Amino acid sequence: MKQPDIRSARLRRTFERCSNEGRSALVGYLTAGDPDIATSLELLQTLAGQVDILEIGMPFSDPMADGPVIQAASERALEAGTHIGDVFALTRRVRDAHPDLGIVLMGYANVPYAMGFDAFAEKAKACGADGVLMVDIPPEEGGICDDALAGQGLDRILLLSPTSPEERIRLVCENATGFIYYVSLTGITGADMGDMDDIRARVERIKSLGRLPVCVGFGIKTPEQAARVAAFADGVVVGSHFVSQIAHAANACEMRDCMSSSAEQMRRAVAAAT
Amino acid sequence: MSTSRPDVLHLQSDIAYSLPIGHMPDAGGHFGRFGGRFAAETLMRPLKEIEDAFFEAWNDPAFHAERLDLLKNYVGRATPLYHARRLSEENGGARIWLKREDLNHTGAHKINNTIGQGLLARRMGKKKVLAETGAGQHGVATATVAALFGMQCDIYMGREDVERQMPNVLRMRLLGANVIPVDSGTATLKDAVNEALRNWVASCEDTFYIFGTAAGPHPFPLMVRQFHTVIGQEARAQIIEQAGRLPDAVVACVGGGSNAMGMLHPFRDDEVRLVAVEAAGHGLDSGEHAASLAAGKPGILHGNLTYLLEDDEGQIQGTHSISAGLDYPGVGPELAFMLEEGRLQLDAATDDEALQALQLLTRTEGIIPALESSHALAAGLRIARDMNPDQIVVINLSGRGDKDMNTVFRHLGWMEDAS
Ligand SMILES: Cc1ncc(COP(=O)(O)O)c(C=O)c1O
Repeated sequence: MKQPDIRSARLRRTFERCSNEGRSALVGYLTAGDPDIATSLELLQTLAGQVDILEIGMPFSDPMADGPVIQAASERALEAGTHIGDVFALTRRVRDAHPDLGIVLMGYANVPYAMGFDAFAEKAKACGADGVLMVDIPPEEGGICDDALAGQGLDRILLLSPTSPEERIRLVCENATGFIYYVSLTGITGADMGDMDDIRARVERIKSLGRLPVCVGFGIKTPEQAARVAAFADGVVVGSHFVSQIAHAANACEMRDCMSSSAEQMRRAVAAAT
Repeated sequence: MSTSRPDVLHLQSDIAYSLPIGHMPDAGGHFGRFGGRFAAETLMRPLKEIEDAFFEAWNDPAFHAERLDLLKNYVGRATPLYHARRLSEENGGARIWLKREDLNHTGAHKINNTIGQGLLARRMGKKKVLAETGAGQHGVATATVAALFGMQCDIYMGREDVERQMPNVLRMRLLGANVIPVDSGTATLKDAVNEALRNWVASCEDTFYIFGTAAGPHPFPLMVRQFHTVIGQEARAQIIEQAGRLPDAVVACVGGGSNAMGMLHPFRDDEVRLVAVEAAGHGLDSGEHAASLAAGKPGILHGNLTYLLEDDEGQIQGTHSISAGLDYPGVGPELAFMLEEGRLQLDAATDDEALQALQLLTRTEGIIPALESSHALAAGLRIARDMNPDQIVVINLSGRGDKDMNTVFRHLGWMEDAS
């Protein structure tokens, strides 16, 4: 049976609202528990006030697809004693304060696998998440999690990359729900962006093959880059740039201020793009 | 188990080590519920390209001709199967034979695989190779092949391993490789794999990842197994020639599983006990070991579903072994499958048992084994003691001990800083 394109009503409304406003969605990423649970809550709430969709990272000991910035975030979170239960609790708090925000839990397969995907999906739903993105579960391996996520009405967000050939674009378009995350460079998070014309052509190809919104991320560090991507993508994902505000700030107060102002800049850039 | 591609591994050749081989994973690289390809999207195409190139090469007699020529004239194969009479006598019980992978060029079994993957990289037109290494044996074997084929070579190695395996680090540099210390996580083998994967993601257009053990995403577990089965195929023919029959037990140590799969796989359809020996470190009860099969549970890491040492929430745990090559929190997926299928007998040896076995072999036979191989030896000796002299145990001596001398001398109190 064909799955609905977007399971989460909240994600659907978010993309509709942005489209009605003639702009891309701004998607922000932070690792839960970074640099500690209390500060993380403040930072997530700050970012939640500025973005359309919040990606909440589940810290993992071996973040293979992440660059130094997000690796360090995972290490800080784990060192601060962040458990998966804390990730759900933080998500719940953000959800309560932001009823319309799209929320995606993002991470690696082993943490949800360890608790069992049924239990994981149930808890993710209960804490108010709309979708789940697991970097190391491609559609071919979806058998271990797809039913559990669908059973809770959670979207299964999948990635595409510059190395994805035509048949994989089709495979991902058939299996993803919610939105497609286009990785704009052949590398890990935080590296430099690829060629903009190339990214645009790829995104247009993906959109012509599927019906899902396409969000573009990896490497977007400046409002100018965000604006250029916003001109053709349904969503602009900013991760390492927001996470790096945490590493650079001297204290929690400064972190919050930096987060707020960099998110504000990104939001304006995305809103102004045409 | 699917046998969707039964023909590809049946290459006939006049060389003894291309016997027919079965036990294929399914098309997605699954051995039962284990294995698979749990990789980031960016790596899915490069992995498929390697898979296609591997199957295509495996069906090409010219590929095998070149591979087998190098194994013979460059690596020095076939390695001897040696009847260790004095060791057997000293130990008591079954007669012990040793498969001398320590006599390969570069000093361990690892080069069987790097020759195969290096040829594949060249065939695919790649100009650069990268690899992870723990003990440095795979790094040295990769750097050697890179020098032989004129390729650029980057080796990722945990900072802790760089310090405890300095002779191998220097050998890699001498061979022209760029050794990159890895500081993230626990700064050991698992972190070197993470860092190698990250760098491969960014360079996969022109770079081949020569993976060092029978783990990782499909096709690595299958491919690495195939390039190492020469070990067991030779041993099987040699024991029949020397003893007139098959052994009762075949024993190999397990880090990720490359020497174990290479040694055990060719005996899978025989009535022979297959014994895999994990590193028990300070003891399985101590929490300080690297025994993923004995003490771990199924999980997903480095591209495959397999047994892992992790906490209740799926965070990968630090491991301990006196031997850097066994200090890994996972294990090849096919070994996990064979264990659950009941085809594998699990054993473990502690740091101390490995050290004792190393000394016993050295004094009775004049052979200094690698610390990794000393784990197989320790368990093999124990198993042999419970048998009678009509019986035969074959132990895979996966490497020689030169690289470990500093560690051994320190533990014997002959050098400062005993740990
Ligand atoms: C001599 C030797 N034996 C065994 C191993 C363990 O690896 P594997 O389990 O892949 O054979 C190593 C790894 O470095 C090694 O150097």
